[in-house]
Amino acid sequence: MKNLINLICLALLFSSCNESEIETYTQHVPTPLALEIPPLFADNILPPVIPINNPQTVEGVALGRKLFFDTILSGDNTQSCASCHSPETAFSDSNQFSTGIDGSLGGRNSMPIFNLAWNYDENFFWDGRTFSLESQALQPVINPIEMHNTWVLAVADLQNDTQYPNLFFEAFGTTTIDSVLVAKAIAQFERTLISANSRFDKHLLGEITLTTSELNGFNIFMDESKGDCFHCHGNANNPLWTDNKFHNNGLDAIFTDYGLGYITGDPADNGKFRSPSLRNLQFTAPYMHDGRFNTLEEVINHYSEGLVNSPTIDPLMKNVDDGGVQLSNSEKIDLKAFLLSLSDEEFTTNPNFQAP
Amino acid sequence: MKSLKLIVAFTLLFLLTGCEENEENTITHGSLTINFSHYWDAEKITSADFNATTYTNESNNILTISQLRYLISNITLHKPDGSSIELLDHYLVNLEGLSSNTSITISGTAIDTYSSLSFTFGFNETDNVENYIDLNSASWNWPEMLGGGYHFMQFEGKYGATGTENPFAYHMGTARVSTGVFESNHFDVSLEGFSTNENTTIEIKMNLEQWFENPNTWDLNTYNTNLMSDYNAQKMMQQNGASVFSLGEIN
Ligand code: HEC
Ligand code: HEC
Repeated sequence: MKNLINLICLALLFSSCNESEIETYTQHVPTPLALEIPPLFADNILPPVIPINNPQTVEGVALGRKLFFDTILSGDNTQSCASCHSPETAFSDSNQFSTGIDGSLGGRNSMPIFNLAWNYDENFFWDGRTFSLESQALQPVINPIEMHNTWVLAVADLQNDTQYPNLFFEAFGTTTIDSVLVAKAIAQFERTLISANSRFDKHLLGEITLTTSELNGFNIFMDESKGDCFHCHGNANNPLWTDNKFHNNGLDAIFTDYGLGYITGDPADNGKFRSPSLRNLQFTAPYMHDGRFNTLEEVINHYSEGLVNSPTIDPLMKNVDDGGVQLSNSEKIDLKAFLLSLSDEEFTTNPNFQAP
Repeated sequence: MKSLKLIVAFTLLFLLTGCEENEENTITHGSLTINFSHYWDAEKITSADFNATTYTNESNNILTISQLRYLISNITLHKPDGSSIELLDHYLVNLEGLSSNTSITISGTAIDTYSSLSFTFGFNETDNVENYIDLNSASWNWPEMLGGGYHFMQFEGKYGATGTENPFAYHMGTARVSTGVFESNHFDVSLEGFSTNENTTIEIKMNLEQWFENPNTWDLNTYNTNLMSDYNAQKMMQQNGASVFSLGEIN
């Protein structure tokens, strides 16, 4: 059935191309660009989410990349997406809270950007408040504590630029720019940001052998009575290293940030945040939604003996009365070594991901 | 140019006639919807009850539920003549509000009278060694050190008096006898038969209370977390599971 429809479309395409009366209408068809899906992903998890109305194209991705690194989108032309999401920090930043163009500090730690096409539920941000990458991309530009612009002004700047109208034409077949097309292009670029080449990936592919310490750490991660991290942070068969679900991992007794609770309005969701991926921790410090921990030692100590009880704490947080599962010093060292084996240096230096 | 247009016309014609042919058949197949519903004895449980409604089990543990997901496989209809139709390879039921999965419609089910419906709770040994991308994507894997494969169930919540609750994580899967020695832990469920028509809906009920009793009275003060590697706990789950399912309404 699909083939038939394709055939008809193809036929229609051919027929219209050859008609002389519509030769003045030069329709531009951007070049399709299939996502390069890493073998570990293809073998183990469901395909990425790519909306039908925003297929990946060479021109779309190139435009999205230019926009992502361009300060033109911000109110005073000083800030780009990359100011808070830079390649060398796995598209996060190294501040606890990011500073917007007016110098205002947000209350949340910048999130890294990789493998987001595999967030099947498509709930983005720490609290999941936005559905789909396209609608996410609309927000930073007009967020007063981030790029503090309006879409009318941002689009006008792009429209008056010497290059952008033509680039939009190549990507979307129109020189008339609007916020939706900006978001589509950025989302296309973001979907190409795939990280799958850590030491642990190479170990799974049989290319390298991990150290004893890294392997011990993986066992602690997978052991219900030790780390018990795998229920929320993936496993060898889930290369995302997150469940992309919302949990309270025992950070606070009293919440200053309700997280998911703000969005659902359900007190049972207060203090829940989306589990971050454990890939690229080497580059994404500080950690947690509010960047409260500067080191992985602090994170591990939190799970080992720093847990704090609260009504919505996840049932998987054990021995809360004692602060956690009490890992020994050597177990902590091994767990850290394993966590770092999930970092993918190549991702941060990939030439396709740098400023164009 | 003209010839191209002809091709288009022909393909369109082909398409239309293709559609008509199907309608000549008499209706022999219908859709079967399976709704998974959850109860504490006779009291219905939905995700709205999560973290809110309290239940008391046979050991007098007062508990609330925060998550319920379970895997069933080889969902099969049996005919009186002994033949059978597999409806589904496997299905992960999830009661959670945001991404719940409690109903599935199978189209093209032969309209007939069936003598029973059966399924496996979890995976049997052969199925449990396959790689399932949908289950991996749900982080449903069971650790290799415990025999690998997949979880059969994640039933989580808290028990005890308000303010001093403790968590329980009733996770079921392959049972580990000792290091490197494992025992399969699935069980088979067979429910009574029914007749189907063009649009049939059946209800498969799980009575969660039964996980805590019959034959083993379950005390959450003894068995709460770290149950995955606990052979006794795993076997008690398997035994108690035998009485949790029943067939509900058929429409
Ligand atoms: C001033 C710093 C700042 C700027 C500029 C900024 N971001 Fe962000 N970004 C953040 C912070 C902080 C968060 C987390 C906010 C939250 O969860 O409430 C975030 C979250 C995100 C996420 C969510 C990731 C996930 O996994 O859910 C994406 C995607 C993203 N930003 C893309 C962009 C894009 C695209 C731009 C440019 C149009 C941009 N950001 C500009 C700071 C910034
Ligand atoms: C119940 C689910 C759950 C379990 C189990 C769990 N985590 Fe987390 N983890 C989370 C959530 C949710 C966050 C984000 C919390 C926040 O920021 O409020 C998080 C954050 C983290 C972070 C910070 C990452 C970043 O980019 O900021 C690290 C590192 C981490 N966890 C490691 C672990 C380790 C190691 C274990 C096992 C010892 C573990 N987690 C167990 C849910 C879990």
